[in-house]
Amino acid sequence: MTTPLQDPARRSRAGRDEHGGSEIVTTQRTPRRRLAAISAIVVATLVSTAACGGGGTDGSGGGGEAAGFNAGIEKVANASTKKGGTLKFIGTQDADSWDPTRGYYGFAWNFMRFYTRQLVTSAAAPAEKGLELKPDLAQDLAKVTDGGKTYTYKLKDDITWEDGKPVTSQDIKYGIERQWAQDVLSGGPVYIKDILDPDGKYKGPYKDKSKDKLGLKAIETPDEKTIVFKLPKPNSDFEEILAMPFASPVRQDKDTKSKYGLKPFSNGPYKFESYTPNKGIKLVRNPEWKKSSDPIRKALPDKINVTLITNADEMDNRLLAGDYDADLNQTGLSPAGRTKALKQHKGNVDNPVMGYIRYAAFPQTVKPFDNIHCRKAVIYGADHKSLQTARGGPMAGGDIGTNMLPPVVPGSDPNYDPYGTRKNDGAANVSKAKEELKACGKPDGFKTTIAVRNNKSVEVATAESLQASLKKIGIQVEIDQYDGAQTSGIIGNPDVVKKKNYGIIIMGWGPDFPTVQGFGMPLWDSSFILPNGNNNFAMIDDKSIDAKFDDFVKELDDSKREQIASDINKKVMEGAYYLPFVFEKIVTWRSSRLTNVYSTYTYSGQYDFASLGVK
Amino acid sequence: MTPRFHWGVHRATGGPRAVLTYIIRRLFAAAVMLVVIMLAVFSIFFLIPKWTGVDPATMYVGKQTDAAALEGVREKLGLADPILVQLFEFFKGILVGRDYTGGGDTYHCSAPCFGYSFKTEQAIWPILADRLPVTLGLAAGAVIIWLLIGLTAGVVSALKRGSIWDRGAMILALGGVSLPIYFTGLISLAVFSYGLGLVAHQFTPIEENFSAWFSGMILPWVTLALLFGAMYARLTRATMLEVMGEDYIRTARAKGLREGVVIRKHAMRSTMTPIITLLGVDLGALIGGAILTETTFSLPGLGQAVLKAIGERDLPLILGVTLITASAVVIANLLVDVLYGVIDPRVRLA
Repeated sequence: MTTPLQDPARRSRAGRDEHGGSEIVTTQRTPRRRLAAISAIVVATLVSTAACGGGGTDGSGGGGEAAGFNAGIEKVANASTKKGGTLKFIGTQDADSWDPTRGYYGFAWNFMRFYTRQLVTSAAAPAEKGLELKPDLAQDLAKVTDGGKTYTYKLKDDITWEDGKPVTSQDIKYGIERQWAQDVLSGGPVYIKDILDPDGKYKGPYKDKSKDKLGLKAIETPDEKTIVFKLPKPNSDFEEILAMPFASPVRQDKDTKSKYGLKPFSNGPYKFESYTPNKGIKLVRNPEWKKSSDPIRKALPDKINVTLITNADEMDNRLLAGDYDADLNQTGLSPAGRTKALKQHKGNVDNPVMGYIRYAAFPQTVKPFDNIHCRKAVIYGADHKSLQTARGGPMAGGDIGTNMLPPVVPGSDPNYDPYGTRKNDGAANVSKAKEELKACGKPDGFKTTIAVRNNKSVEVATAESLQASLKKIGIQVEIDQYDGAQTSGIIGNPDVVKKKNYGIIIMGWGPDFPTVQGFGMPLWDSSFILPNGNNNFAMIDDKSIDAKFDDFVKELDDSKREQIASDINKKVMEGAYYLPFVFEKIVTWRSSRLTNVYSTYTYSGQYDFASLGVK
Repeated sequence: MTPRFHWGVHRATGGPRAVLTYIIRRLFAAAVMLVVIMLAVFSIFFLIPKWTGVDPATMYVGKQTDAAALEGVREKLGLADPILVQLFEFFKGILVGRDYTGGGDTYHCSAPCFGYSFKTEQAIWPILADRLPVTLGLAAGAVIIWLLIGLTAGVVSALKRGSIWDRGAMILALGGVSLPIYFTGLISLAVFSYGLGLVAHQFTPIEENFSAWFSGMILPWVTLALLFGAMYARLTRATMLEVMGEDYIRTARAKGLREGVVIRKHAMRSTMTPIITLLGVDLGALIGGAILTETTFSLPGLGQAVLKAIGERDLPLILGVTLITASAVVIANLLVDVLYGVIDPRVRLA
């Protein structure tokens, strides 16, 4: 390990060296008063200069008038069609990969619309209007036949790669096939692979013996303009899944395999000029992209720059100084930046609801959480208001969570409040909690352990809040801060969870795609209980919930799908498997020169990058 | 550390041959030290995880924990190979380069191959080589400033012992030593950059725009130099005071040499010995990454890279920076040893 140079040990070493020397006592003395006067002048100068600096940036966040607080929520802030300029992002986190097959971060999927297109994509519109699917490379939405098992698309004519060659149905098939090459292209979701080839018969394009490397039987490409998907069984979310970046075309002769993410070959309005991981990205216009083929992407700026640094406070400083337009990671301002922004630049701030729910899960394999009444005791005994405060309060933390379906998922209902949390104004319901403890056979409470990631200070704060409120009903809680980088092998491993007596696991979750399948299936369906990388922390093995998910994937009618989603949410809440903390909100920054800014449900409340422009 | 004899006494005993022998001996020792470091680093990164049953592959597969993905990473990393084979590949990579193969994908990592980052799909050496100039630029500028500040303040303090200059310099030095980088760094950014707008708060690569680079580096240089300059001032003062009390200084004065000559030619030479020793270690470690300075000022150098790598458990990158730091310290110390040989003839005979 490297030793940071500027550590206290270094200073003491120098100190020792000095004291080793022979210090000679001097008789010369400077008058004390003179010394004190000089010191006072130095200190006063420093203080007055610092004071100058503190309030000197009450500008507009760069580029004229700000659009106003929450101007980008439910509506478009600074609507404009002006082209040109450079859109400047800053972030503290690089994508896990810019390869559309491998990326899994929400902001990366959002950014990928600059350089990748799919058969269908989400509408460029605020809030829930963004959930609607629109044709992208395809002429129209899918023609679904064979009882929901066949999806057929015809491609547009003027869709092109950055070298001017047309995007073909074979390119799309090849791009999707890459998902099967998990041994080389790990990291991304594998929904299409699981749906089209549940038995894992196909070995992926790199091990494909066929000449054209297009050996996957479930996708047919009768000609360059037609692509047909044959599903073994219907899945009503299939088209939603095809709208995600891992369904993007990739051209075989441009596939650099594991290194593709370093310079993806573009078929969108921008192409990569340069990319240095953890330093930055420069995108320039792709002159071969034709606006006529793409009604979704506005492609207003001439250039898009991303700067990556490691210091979140410094990122906020630069955003507030107007050096950059938006946070690439879309995770909101840090506490210091947030306070300053709300005080001095409120017009540049939006406070969107994100797709995330922050919660505690109760693994039923850990006693006494096998008993529903013990689980309910924790839900009633928790002080939801203090959990909300620990998450950052109503603006930066979010609204108090009442159930487990986030507002961006159709079928959600924030007013569904089975434990009366909101009715009780977030306070703990101690009498109910004690009743439940009696029913659970533990009237004096019990001991358990909370597992919390050590690299998320806010989560540690919620664990401490929960610990304090549960103590009042006799539940003694120990907090175990585990290595946050090892989530899948610790809380994702049910054996480890049981061995470590993790009765309460603190986590957060957002939808991969905005339906109850995309959000809830990995959390609540028994088939998702895995020996490693498990996300069904509560170990829910409820056949009636599984059956509801089966119904959902078969159902094509939207209103019925919403009803099923709502039913699943109710079953999860009635089972008391989870204690929801908050429906997450963030305080996010938009520069004054940013145009067409709005938060969209498609990317869990993030700004829709593909629409942004600059004044 | 401080010579007790006059330089001239031994000047005749150390000829060019002795210097050469001395340098060769030091080079050999440095090479042995580097190999030992590599072995130690290899053990930490490969052997210990094997013993403790940690599977590094799980850190590289991302959110998706597909079994094929894990197997692919293990294959590419060669984690299933016997430890001696891994050790051989490790040294082979550094000396002549190596291949990483898995799932029908092969990547050749040219020498010096310090490994391959599965987080960024890049060989480690190019990542480090890209960031090294930023850190070198930071170190070089800071060293110049802190030597200027430190030596001047130290010498003046020692010669004007007890004067207002001495006291003022030592109070400032105490402040410099006591204030951490993230404090002085943030205050200086708030005041001089965001507040008064005197200097840039963004890093610009030197090849893009020299004056923007210079403007962006002033605060990091000064902040870093304040800390080190303070330490060097105190050390210089103490050493100088000790040297000025030596017999040979009295002899020099007795010979009738002017005070300036006594200080420059006799006192300074002795004073420099511990300074150079410390400088060697400091510079070496600084090249390994000034993590706090680079993070505070968002400089894309090695320190920032290693901080990111630690956060993401990007082991090969951490390994690479560890090797670079260790090598830089060894090389800097080698240079210091050679410099000793030049300025202090007794060392050649040691």
